[in-house]
Amino acid sequence: MSSYLITGAKIVGGEVADVLIDNGEIVAIGTNLETPEDIETIDAKGLIALPGLVDLHTHLREPGREDAETVLTGTRAAALGGFTAGFAMANTDPVADTAGVVEQVWRLGRDAGYADVYPIGAVTVGRKGTQLAELGAMADSAAHVRVFSDDGDCVWDAALMRRALEYVKAFDGVIAQHAQEPRLTQGAQMNEGALSGVLGLTGWPSVAEEAIIARDILLNAHVGSKLHICHLSTKGSVEIVRAAKRRGLEVTAEVTPHHLMLTEDLAASYNPVFKVNPPLRTKEDVEAVREGLADGTIDIVATDHAPHPVEDKDCEWSAAAFGMLGLETALSVVQHAMIDTGLMTWADLADRMSYRPAAIGQVSEHGRPLEAGAPANLVLVDPAAERTVVPGESASLSRNTPFDGMTLPGKVVATFLRGTATVLDGKLAR
Amino acid sequence: MRHLLSAGDLSRDEAHLILDTAEEMRSLADRPIKKLPALRGRTVVNLFFEDSTRTRISFEAAAKRLSADVINFSAKGSSVSKGESLKDTALTLQAMGADGVVCRHGSSGAPHLLATSGWMTGSVVNAGDGTHEHPTQALLDAFTMRRHLGALEGRRITIVGDVLHSRVARSNVLLLSTLGAEVTVVAPPTLLPVDMSSWPCATSYDFDSTLAKSDAVMMLRVQRERMNDAYFPSAREYARRYGLDVHRMAQLPDDAIVLHPGPMNRGMEISAEVADSTRSVIVEQVTNGVAVRMAVLYLLLSGSNETTTEEQTA
Repeated sequence: MSSYLITGAKIVGGEVADVLIDNGEIVAIGTNLETPEDIETIDAKGLIALPGLVDLHTHLREPGREDAETVLTGTRAAALGGFTAGFAMANTDPVADTAGVVEQVWRLGRDAGYADVYPIGAVTVGRKGTQLAELGAMADSAAHVRVFSDDGDCVWDAALMRRALEYVKAFDGVIAQHAQEPRLTQGAQMNEGALSGVLGLTGWPSVAEEAIIARDILLNAHVGSKLHICHLSTKGSVEIVRAAKRRGLEVTAEVTPHHLMLTEDLAASYNPVFKVNPPLRTKEDVEAVREGLADGTIDIVATDHAPHPVEDKDCEWSAAAFGMLGLETALSVVQHAMIDTGLMTWADLADRMSYRPAAIGQVSEHGRPLEAGAPANLVLVDPAAERTVVPGESASLSRNTPFDGMTLPGKVVATFLRGTATVLDGKLAR
Repeated sequence: MRHLLSAGDLSRDEAHLILDTAEEMRSLADRPIKKLPALRGRTVVNLFFEDSTRTRISFEAAAKRLSADVINFSAKGSSVSKGESLKDTALTLQAMGADGVVCRHGSSGAPHLLATSGWMTGSVVNAGDGTHEHPTQALLDAFTMRRHLGALEGRRITIVGDVLHSRVARSNVLLLSTLGAEVTVVAPPTLLPVDMSSWPCATSYDFDSTLAKSDAVMMLRVQRERMNDAYFPSAREYARRYGLDVHRMAQLPDDAIVLHPGPMNRGMEISAEVADSTRSVIVEQVTNGVAVRMAVLYLLLSGSNETTTEEQTA
């Protein structure tokens, strides 16, 4: 394992210091550090050192859709985006609803070695929403699952949701809900509002998200468990979560980079690269989720990285798959939406994209402050760089980025996973 | 004009040009030889992903009367999972050298995608896409109204029915407002889009209150199955509140006309007596449909004075 001396980095955007990495750990942070002879030095002048980012919501597609993404390609994209850990969603084929599947995904992540992969287990068998999956077996497996989600589908049955929340208390699990009332969103294609009516695309009303969030917060308050809200997207959802937290109710929530930046009017192109679930919302919603993320109502940013093969996006809108790539652009989008606008500091970003997602996912190896003795999971970012997004340059197997052609601020220069460089000079290091 | 995708894309001048051209085409119908050589050597493909015999036949007749070569391409099952993709179909048409593609598709925006994706270079005519638009229907409706009412400026037009799911309503509201008409759409609240603030029309839930101030009433087809999704309680209740029967027809101004894009649900949105009455121009709409579609194809494909250099090379 190599040793590195990172010189002159702004630690989490603050003071300038050197970081000595050896044996997988951060050995020291400071100036005039004593270093071994053969050490590799990285000049990080002007760069910001952040704790390795943690993505609580990633679709790696393996097993089942290896044409869209694999654990290897997905974690490469993660490393390039500054992530050292990612939680793999359960909607694979077969569904990650047994100890066998979650262990397989976990091992694939270890073998790939670009980022630690923590499988998320399905809440119900086959994500069908009728019968609890063996949550305990997944929790006890080598994958040590703590986050459970039927993401892609809502656990809409209130009784089943209540039982799931109750059941995971036995092993301190958390239920991550895809909040979408199914009857209100049958055939839904885009945000319901003035534009959906004009475009003739079936609407996905805000209330279908907000009603489930409100219900689940109350259910969770009743049973005293852990509830996490996936990809919150509306102003009303922010208000509900804010009010709940003010009352002291337990709930955490995430927002995606695309909901922090893009709006529904992109659907007017009928280009399915902008088709996502929950849909892109209005400018007012974007402002509300930004505000919610800044004030801590929304705990974290999670990518909902959703790779799809070209043919599933190169078609008419209603036939196209929902979802967007996110891993490689997340940091830049959050810088653009939150930091360059003055809404958040880099320390806030470290909180929302590293400390808190790791805490919600209950992993101790990641999301640790940069200090001596911590695992050397960190990323160096050049905040002054600009880059134009080119889909063909992605490490993902898929190309469905909605940021195609956009110029975004910030660039990941290097990523370290337990002291090993996964990215150096902005390129994969191995 | 390069394509005809949305009635909202037409300026007032363009709309008038189409309607005036259609008037000339209409006069052909009274001549012994109904054919013009205008599109000789041009290929028009009727690309129908949904069954619609009447619209397809109308376009086919229009293209043939202009001497175009017509290929009917019926491709049911459009999505990737069901069969050949829209993209592969478009590439096939491009390879065959289609100058114009008349596209009917169940997915809103599909003709838009054909026109903008770069898969093909021919002109695209939207012949009805999902619940989005059906611009040639709006043009033939406007044409029919103009023949009966004169200029549509200031005329009061009431559109009644399943506006939420109607591509006919969307195109008509856009075109009629461009032509200066005052449009009111009438439906139960469940069958209107939830936010119509950007629509250039008034809305009402009360059909009766609009009758006396309607120069034309356009009844939209309402599928009985909608009641299964709770859009309305029963076909009878719908007909009672929103159907056009002789009693309601009697409250219209003397010269008011009744339109319907077809196919009709007699006894549902329109009673048989009204459909067959002298106020009804429903059969005439069909005749006018051919003339209007001739005008659209002629203006898009003939390389007339409306066509710019860029469009000719495309």
